[in-house]
Amino acid sequence: MLAASGVALEFRGVGKIFPDGTEAVRGVSFMVEDGQFVAVVGPSGAGKSTLLRVASGLTEPSSGTVAVGPTVPGYVFQDPTLLPWRSVQANIALLAQLAGLPRTRRRELVAEAISLTGLEGFERHLPRTLSGGMRMRVSLARALTMRPSLFLFDEPFGAVDEITRQRLGQEVLRLYERERFAGLFVTHSVVEAVWLASRVIVLSARPGRVLAEIDVPFDYPRPLDLRFDAVFGATARTVSAALQESFA
Amino acid sequence: MTAPARPQLAPPSAASPDRPPSRLRRAARATGPPLAVLAAVIGLWYAVTYLALAPRRRFLLPPPHQVITDGFGDWSTFHETLKGLAATAKVALVGLAIAATLGMIFAVLMSQAGWIERSFYPWAVVLQTIPILAIVPLIGFWLGYGFWSRTVVCILIALFPIITNTLFGLQSTDAGQHDLFTLHRASRWARLVHLEIPSALPAVFTGLRISAGLSVIGAIVGDFFFREGQPGIGSLIDDYTRSLQSAPLFAAIIVSSLFGLAVFWLFGLAAHRIVGSWYTPRQRS
Repeated sequence: MLAASGVALEFRGVGKIFPDGTEAVRGVSFMVEDGQFVAVVGPSGAGKSTLLRVASGLTEPSSGTVAVGPTVPGYVFQDPTLLPWRSVQANIALLAQLAGLPRTRRRELVAEAISLTGLEGFERHLPRTLSGGMRMRVSLARALTMRPSLFLFDEPFGAVDEITRQRLGQEVLRLYERERFAGLFVTHSVVEAVWLASRVIVLSARPGRVLAEIDVPFDYPRPLDLRFDAVFGATARTVSAALQESFA
Repeated sequence: MTAPARPQLAPPSAASPDRPPSRLRRAARATGPPLAVLAAVIGLWYAVTYLALAPRRRFLLPPPHQVITDGFGDWSTFHETLKGLAATAKVALVGLAIAATLGMIFAVLMSQAGWIERSFYPWAVVLQTIPILAIVPLIGFWLGYGFWSRTVVCILIALFPIITNTLFGLQSTDAGQHDLFTLHRASRWARLVHLEIPSALPAVFTGLRISAGLSVIGAIVGDFFFREGQPGIGSLIDDYTRSLQSAPLFAAIIVSSLFGLAVFWLFGLAAHRIVGSWYTPRQRS
């Protein structure tokens, strides 16, 4: 379904029951406006990934509807999902290649994505020679080449160390501040959610339902030391409290 | 009464565990044990020849040095052996090439449509379980006793591992990567060319390696039955056996084994060259 103008993504009463009977999400409704960055937190198994799969069209909802814009969303998976036989450059070029863009245009898009993500000098490397953080960066660059108006992030930094995680978070913020795409960022980290998003959606344990929607009272650009601000702490506490309810 | 002697603990190895062993040491570790086995086998061979066999029965197992002097040292005999090997090698390689082409085409078709896989895969299994020796005479009956009959034997024997390994490779592509291609509305062709075939390559090479060895066996079996034209090494082995020429017989056996080994090694090398940069099988630590 096509979203109304000004809306990047809208869930209306979305539920998903898998063929094996597992109910992942139930009656989920919320909206992501154009240019808005929204985070989803919830306990594991709350159907966070399912929501993204439904949003992208990879999975059909069992009930309710989902409306998105006309273009394919950028999807950054939990795994970098790089093709191990392709160089960094060729991996980044994949989506443009699948879209059938001409070679010269492809090259421009790849060069731009490489410079946006700071991957200069690694163009010819194979994925196996890169660290986990660098691979994630390649995955991000690959999604960027298509200039999507909506980005879906599925716990993209779950598998990297804390320091790399912060740096990658910073990069996503920087990219968002520059490109102003709409984003839906799934994470299990409350601090990451509050730091990146302008609104945080709290999901319950399985089946996932929306327990709370919490606005984050900060503008962009956001500095790294925002996390030590008192208001930031209070917001994170509110999100944590809502998350506690999900276990009750 | 004394306690039974306990096996002593092995002394700590000379190379410290946190320093990688030198190249030389690694080479010695890799080649030492098989060479030791080879030496033991040669020793056993001598022992059987000189200790177990009476002199008049020694032709059953001539000593290794005699195999070398009479089998390899006598040029006209050895030349005959090499010519036989060349004829057999040609059959094996042509058969392998055809089996590889057919096998991969079949595997790709099966991976693209479930009904093709369901219809043909059981028959591929049947093909594999037919005792090849049972149908070899039939092949001669239909196709004559020359090159093509021998080649068909190779194709039949080499086809199955190529089909199964290629199919396995095509079907074990990463689900996340499939999602990515689905999301971006990749055509079936793009998915095959950019995702499934490259990720199947390591498995394809495994199949090729197995089939290369089988194809050599098929060619030698074919030689036994189909004797038109240039005699292959299998025909020579058969002739030497009948005429009790044991030294050239052993030489022919060794040469054909070395050929099988060379083919196996060649495909290993090709695999390493083509997929080795991004694919490494899990190694024994």
